[in-house]
Amino acid sequence: MWLPLEIALTHLRNRKRQTLVSVLGVAMGVGFFVAMAALMQGFHVYFISKVIDVWPHVTIKDEYRSAPLQPVQRLFGDGVVMVHGLKPREELRGIKDADTVIAELNRRSDLAAAPTLRGQIFLRYGSKDVSATMVGIDPEYERRVSNLENDLIAGHLNALYSAANGIILGDGVAKKIGAVLNDTLSVISPAGVILKMKVVGIFRTGITPIDNFESYALLKKAQILQNRPNVINQIRIRLNDVNQARSIASSIEARLGYRTESWEETYENILGIFVIQNAIMYSTVGAILIVAAFGIFNIISTVIHEKTRDIGILKSIGFEERDIRHIFLIEGLLVGLVGTLLGWMLGYGLTRLLGTIRFHIEGFVTAEGFILHYSITHYLIAGGFAILSATFAAWLPARKAARLNPVDIIRGAA
Amino acid sequence: MTPLLEARGVMRVLPGPVPVTLVRDIHFSVQPGEFIAITGPSGSGKSSLLYLLGLLDVPTGGSVYLEGRDTSKLSRNELAELRLKKLGFVFQFHFLLPEFSVLENVMLPMRKLRLRSVSQMRSRAAEILDELGLTPEARKTPDQLSGGQRQRVAIARALANDPLIILADEPTGNLDTKNSHIVFEIFRRLVADNRQTVITVTHDPHLSEHTQRQIHLVDGSIVGAEHPALV
Repeated sequence: MWLPLEIALTHLRNRKRQTLVSVLGVAMGVGFFVAMAALMQGFHVYFISKVIDVWPHVTIKDEYRSAPLQPVQRLFGDGVVMVHGLKPREELRGIKDADTVIAELNRRSDLAAAPTLRGQIFLRYGSKDVSATMVGIDPEYERRVSNLENDLIAGHLNALYSAANGIILGDGVAKKIGAVLNDTLSVISPAGVILKMKVVGIFRTGITPIDNFESYALLKKAQILQNRPNVINQIRIRLNDVNQARSIASSIEARLGYRTESWEETYENILGIFVIQNAIMYSTVGAILIVAAFGIFNIISTVIHEKTRDIGILKSIGFEERDIRHIFLIEGLLVGLVGTLLGWMLGYGLTRLLGTIRFHIEGFVTAEGFILHYSITHYLIAGGFAILSATFAAWLPARKAARLNPVDIIRGAA
Repeated sequence: MTPLLEARGVMRVLPGPVPVTLVRDIHFSVQPGEFIAITGPSGSGKSSLLYLLGLLDVPTGGSVYLEGRDTSKLSRNELAELRLKKLGFVFQFHFLLPEFSVLENVMLPMRKLRLRSVSQMRSRAAEILDELGLTPEARKTPDQLSGGQRQRVAIARALANDPLIILADEPTGNLDTKNSHIVFEIFRRLVADNRQTVITVTHDPHLSEHTQRQIHLVDGSIVGAEHPALV
């Protein structure tokens, strides 16, 4: 066996309890990291996959990101021009020439586009009023841009065609208003139109804001309800490669001028929360591992203090500083390695345990327990950080030990 | 003939607010096969001189020549290598690694040098232990040995890499008369049989009488004429 390794092992063997405590410290840090990462990323990944599943990847809206320039500003772009008392022209809302745009988009092979009219409605059933968003869709196109059909827990998408006035509700909306399949309810729009509509479907996506506030009807019916014949105010697009969402959104926006959002932009706030959540996780677990590193620093400093004579004799025999440093670095590395291995097992066990807990939660997403994401990356990050901090914690005292002057040690002992 | 070891104007000052001079202006040379005692009252700088000669410490002035080579310009690693290959140390305290067996302790310098295979190291270590009458103790750990046995193990370890020079710092300081004589007898044999060189610090006049040559230190300087070799 390599001599520094052998000496390191004897040192650790002779301080079993301290070694165990240090190893456990590392194991705890690694274990908690792995479990927490599985938990947090579980929700994150689940949320994103749900959003990607349910929500259009890119949405073209009938609005502009910034107010259009006034003619005088356009003419004297660099000049000091102030226009006071402006009254913006009230334009007829809606995407102009939407059919052509959709036809053109659908000629592309990397995406599918569907026309939508989105508007607010009131649902009235019995004595209850519930406000919701009505999304006017064309099922033919809809199938290509969303998973609505798969998310239906009752009814059929095609029933929108067959029923006279069909509406599909989110299950949260249905619960709030107390309606079930085939009930007929009154739908009132801000334009003042009232339609009797029959519930032909109920969907559940798992994303609370959608399930609690959205409903679907045929595009034509939505246009009648909103009193906006032939108007389309959103074009919803699904991509073959969801990672292209940002770049495709900005290229469409550059071409059409309309505000075009990728799903990341739409859900920016929630995605931002995940970033914060990750930061909290990393700092908490980082703190655990730093405490563990202090433990390692402590044990190795103690060993060095106890083994000063050994260091002196090894150096007098002709061992170099490097050899001495190796001994103590190996000790830290061993503690880090064993701690990491134990921590991986602990983390896996904890994750499994969390997976068995059942309860109902309704946050951004609905779930019946913790959503866990198993990833080798978590294990590698935790292990890498643990071994790195263990080695660093060992390196500080090891460097000091290597620099000890044998003469001082021998004199001190004599 | 180039001396084996030579001190030329060696000086060692401990820095500090009040610098302390440990040894000053030491000149002397050692020929192969000499058995030398460095004597003097405590605090006279005997041990300091030994550490300087043994390349454990670096002089603040002058230099030590080993086989004609100036060691003052060598790096710490180069000095460590010279100690490993050419020098062997015995201290007042045995300084054995407590977790390792007697045999393993004797093998330590060989394992660092790595000139032999492990089995060769083991047989060489056993051979040295046998010469020193320690064969029954080979498997024991240092705390199972008597003081005299430990010191012999320390000598065995110093001999592991066939050093040119064995440097001993009060090797009998903690031993009774009987064991002290055993240690000196071992040294004498090394010089007589193996033509190795032994430099030992001692303040025991009975023991220093057995050496061929004595260097007497007072306040860090060599005093008086060296005693002629007693053959």
